[in-house]
Amino acid sequence: MNSSVIIFPGSNCDRDMDVALKKFGFKNKMVWHDDDKLPKSDLIVLPGGFSYGDYLRCGSIAGKSKIIQSVIDFANSGGMVLGICNGFQILTETGLLKGVLQQNKNIEFICKNIFVKINNSENKFFENIDKDVLELHIAHNEGNYFCSEDELKSLEDNNQIAAYYCSSDGKVDDKSNPNGAIKNIAGIFNEKKNILGMMPHPERMIDKYLSGEDGSKFFENLIRNLK
Amino acid sequence: MKIKVIVTLKSGVLDPQGKAIQQTLNGMGFANVKDVRQGKYFDLDINENNEQKAKHSAEEICKKLLANQVIEDFKII
Repeated sequence: MNSSVIIFPGSNCDRDMDVALKKFGFKNKMVWHDDDKLPKSDLIVLPGGFSYGDYLRCGSIAGKSKIIQSVIDFANSGGMVLGICNGFQILTETGLLKGVLQQNKNIEFICKNIFVKINNSENKFFENIDKDVLELHIAHNEGNYFCSEDELKSLEDNNQIAAYYCSSDGKVDDKSNPNGAIKNIAGIFNEKKNILGMMPHPERMIDKYLSGEDGSKFFENLIRNLK
Repeated sequence: MKIKVIVTLKSGVLDPQGKAIQQTLNGMGFANVKDVRQGKYFDLDINENNEQKAKHSAEEICKKLLANQVIEDFKII
């Protein structure tokens, strides 16, 4: 399986993602934002970080960069696209995913482990995963997911909500919402479920000694589903 | 031609920075400040002599980049 990670000026989770993808069997290539063509890929990843210094709005400048049109074309033809953290923000700015990531409700940069409950596993990202509550890591200032009431309804009706912030035993409540995201939303899909954007970082949870291994479950499962 | 653009959060969208500023002002003794909404201001120098054309360009620019219309409104002045 071939994957590509796009590097923007200010990306800082690109190398972690590269390590994670390779660890679980992807042949990964790093792609510079100023290129206009993507290598042959089964998965494109927009990594976390602070592309273009978060100028204007998080992800807005990256959303107009040269490589993005190829990513949009790839996604629209059914290609698998994963956006983590800043990558999720970029996906909303391109219009590939609905809504927007606003500043955290408490105006604080949040860096901690959280739990998410997978809401829809009828897609290649989560199909066959043997755990429905994952412990992952978040590190963001703008992770407060927001969309209009109509958009929220259509996300719910089409089962496009990928994961909710929850407690360690899977309870989705206000207490386990770290950033004020509407309905505790941690990640969403597009309508066809080939694009996933989420704030939590699975690539930071792939080592049993350093972190935890719930990210490993995500990547192991993903490559199995893509084969 | 110089065009000024103001981008603000739509009413009803939470503005935590505005809220923090309002609370700080209240704490400083400006007890009469009921609400603060923070926004962004842009000075565009557009190479165009016709005001209508320049404003039309500015509108496109706002829609395509300067404002995210999911949560923001823009005003061209």
